[in-house]
Amino acid sequence: METLEKKGTAKETREASSVVILFAGDSGDGIQLTGSQFTNTAALLGNDISTFPNFPAEIRAPQGTLAGVSGFQLHFGSVNVYTAGDVCDVLVVMNAAALKANIKSLKEGGTIIANSDGFDPKNLELAKYAKGDNPLTNGSLEKYRVITMDVTKLTRACLEGSGMGIKEIDRSKNMFVLGFIYWMYNRDMSFTLEFLKEQFKKRPELIEANTKVLKAGYAFGDTTETPMTRYEVKKAPMEKGTYRNIMGNQATAYGLIAASQKAGLKLFYGTYPITPASDILHELSKHKNFGVKTFQAEDEIAGVTSAIGASFGGALGVTASSGPGIALKGEAIGLAVMLELPLVIINVQRGGPSTGLPTKTEQADLMQAMYGRNGECPVAIVAAQSPSDCFYSAFEACRIAVEHMIPTFLLTDGYIANGSEPWRFPKSADLKEIKPQFAKAVEGEKFLPYRRDEKLSRQWAIPGTKGLEHRIGGIEKQHETGNISYDPENHEFMVKLRQEKVDRIADYIPPQTIDNGKDKGKVLVLGWGSTYGSIKTAVREAIAEGYSVSHAHVKYLSPLPKNLGDILKSFDKVLMPEMNNGQFSKVIRDRFMIDAIGLNKIQGMPFTAEEIKKKIIELAK
Amino acid sequence: MRVEKREDMSDTQTLEPKLTPKDFVSDQDVRWCPGCGDYSILKQVQSIMPEIGVKKEDIVFISGIGCSSRFPYYMETFGLHGIHGRAAAISSGLKTVRPELSVWMVTGDGDCLSIGGNHFIHLLRRNFDIKVLLFNNEIYGLTKGQYSPASPLGKVTKSTPMGSVDHPFNPLALALGADGTFIARSMDRDPKHLRDVLMRANKHRGTALVEIYQNCNVFNDGAFEVFTEKKTKKLETLFVEQGKPLVFGENNEKGIKLDGFKPVIVDLNANGTSANDLWIHDEKDPVKASILVRFFDSPDKPNHLPRPFGVFYTEDRFTYEDALNKQVEEASARGADLDALLRGKNTWTIN
Repeated sequence: METLEKKGTAKETREASSVVILFAGDSGDGIQLTGSQFTNTAALLGNDISTFPNFPAEIRAPQGTLAGVSGFQLHFGSVNVYTAGDVCDVLVVMNAAALKANIKSLKEGGTIIANSDGFDPKNLELAKYAKGDNPLTNGSLEKYRVITMDVTKLTRACLEGSGMGIKEIDRSKNMFVLGFIYWMYNRDMSFTLEFLKEQFKKRPELIEANTKVLKAGYAFGDTTETPMTRYEVKKAPMEKGTYRNIMGNQATAYGLIAASQKAGLKLFYGTYPITPASDILHELSKHKNFGVKTFQAEDEIAGVTSAIGASFGGALGVTASSGPGIALKGEAIGLAVMLELPLVIINVQRGGPSTGLPTKTEQADLMQAMYGRNGECPVAIVAAQSPSDCFYSAFEACRIAVEHMIPTFLLTDGYIANGSEPWRFPKSADLKEIKPQFAKAVEGEKFLPYRRDEKLSRQWAIPGTKGLEHRIGGIEKQHETGNISYDPENHEFMVKLRQEKVDRIADYIPPQTIDNGKDKGKVLVLGWGSTYGSIKTAVREAIAEGYSVSHAHVKYLSPLPKNLGDILKSFDKVLMPEMNNGQFSKVIRDRFMIDAIGLNKIQGMPFTAEEIKKKIIELAK
Repeated sequence: MRVEKREDMSDTQTLEPKLTPKDFVSDQDVRWCPGCGDYSILKQVQSIMPEIGVKKEDIVFISGIGCSSRFPYYMETFGLHGIHGRAAAISSGLKTVRPELSVWMVTGDGDCLSIGGNHFIHLLRRNFDIKVLLFNNEIYGLTKGQYSPASPLGKVTKSTPMGSVDHPFNPLALALGADGTFIARSMDRDPKHLRDVLMRANKHRGTALVEIYQNCNVFNDGAFEVFTEKKTKKLETLFVEQGKPLVFGENNEKGIKLDGFKPVIVDLNANGTSANDLWIHDEKDPVKASILVRFFDSPDKPNHLPRPFGVFYTEDRFTYEDALNKQVEEASARGADLDALLRGKNTWTIN
């Protein structure tokens, strides 16, 4: 173990291909900000990145406790990275609780950067260390390199005489740590310096203070006489093009805006705040210049029904929530199925059931999306596989909803919603046009609201169109006329028709592809949603080690791509990793009568690539 | 459909057809029970439609679930028969994106005050320009006779064989408490009054709530008969008119006077009582409105106040859709460049 008091060793710079840093501290320590600043800087310097913020459900859990630990994991590299990393190379801890909660994520020989002030007797007690026991001094961290610094003392010294109060000074502690990490990884600080100028536009004294502390943290690396290794992580070999950093929920919001623009429709977003979906509302509400109307409804049901009202009026109606809210929307989604109006329902999944794990990730709402309503009530379902893919998936959900006049689910989850990655963003001109079919009155012909085209979708007959006055509702309706009908044969016919309408969407989606590996072999890893990065990493490694394994990732969950069955038949075994107790695997077994082997993790945390790889090797041997 | 030639039009111009109530009758058979009060309301609504100055295709009726909520099927306009309690939220979404439409919400005391109670109060405070027709029959009809949140205490129904122990809502007090901007009451049995109130509601810009006492002759027959039947109507009801004193009785011989904040009944024939002392109805006065909505005693109670009908309260307040659209307009002035949005502020290029 090294401490800062040790003297007289030179510093060396090494090159690293990829590094995983986990920042951890109290939820009030500014951990998420520190993490996102380092992320943006790394992205702008050309590293590939993947992030995973992990925070407690409480906004300000009691300080110093294990329950209050907030984390931000960042994986950046000169090689392509697909996950936020299985284990960390560097663990930055602001207090004892942060160390205790995260030490198991640090690899052997990894580095701990500890704020020694967070290891005083009070903090140690709060973190439930035995009286008189301090992990920084009891030898328990011998397997790691430990760098301690009294961040509080150093920050206070830096701002001495600034006229600021102690409380305000202490709020800049995260800038000291950030400055030091910038030094450690040879980073240019200009992104954060610009950020501070923008953030504290109205309080120049805070720009000055934070800048000073940030630079002091950097200088501390230069001047301290502790032997320390600096690392260089070069640019990643990314495809040519212009990139930006993007978070999942932000990408979802952009996808909705882009779709509304390409469809020539006004976007209406009816929603009720819920973790982890609220950031979509925050983002959309900034973009009223695109004609976006956000409606923060009185509850989840009003969120979805207001969106249905907007859709009836000819706008693109969208609602979003997480599992508990989607449960409340169920009846209204059934109404939209009967009305055959475009409606996009976004579920940013979290751990369930009930309130479950609000800030943790899970994929356990697939069955809810597929079957969670009364009656035979089929809808279309699209799932996003990464933060930037939320954009394309949201766009697709809108396209299907509008062109097929059908409620369409978009499934994302807490991991990709809050995670970020570089995005080679598209040009708007390269995005598909979306073509709504508005009905027009035909002279001398009675308007039939439920007459259908070859897709089996009806036309969108909006109020204000002369001659199209008609009534629709949730009661079973007669084929074509839409009049109320209790006729037994008609009901069966309509149930089958609504299913057939969903099935025919398969003619309008791309075929399933193999993401990685050969198109036949021993093992196919079949995934959906946010497990993409972990599966990709695991399969690449297993292929490199000579195993016969391939990876297919399903975006269109309802209806399934028409060639999926053929793909499944080309492999001896199908492995299905899911962050649930086996939901998509049930669907696959049901549709294709194959023995889908589940690999299930239900811990509110994403899979590590290692967990999946282990199972692949076991099956591919 | 009659075609009227307008005086000021030259012969070359297209003639605007003048619509009649019949043009608002849909081809669907009306399926309410014979003798239901809904028929009378339907007739009055159809009769005002040609008068409200809106094109037929711009009129939308939206409902939830219940007997009253079948209403849209019978109107030859655009219509949406929604799900239980949610008509207010559906209407709000529609009005947000299509503020130019004339949106009418039809609901009942169960749909509006029980399962849809939350949406109802939020609709009122947001003040969307939506006309709300609350058919109050103080019973659940479509589910065959359970008590509703408007049923009086002690009501014996299928679900309350020993009498209801639920204290009922006072719907107009609730609406006023939710900052409604147009609050009125009428009844199915007084078509002329109903028609006048509906016309007033139509003119109001904001959420216009019209509570309509409606007789369910199958499950709650006669619930309002003291207010609607000739014998008792004049003594038990109080028809308020803007700027007029509050008088009632067989020959308008009774009046209401305010003693401080306490309304008292006075006999105008008695010595020392002058019509000049009476409460003058002022629908712009929120304090008076809050007292007026509390004229809600059971007619069985001795010395009870008469039940008021008419427009209790009106207020000019901005509508939600106007305020939101103003923001959208303001924001739109800065332009909308999708490529700039996707690009963001910080990018890097790999060559």
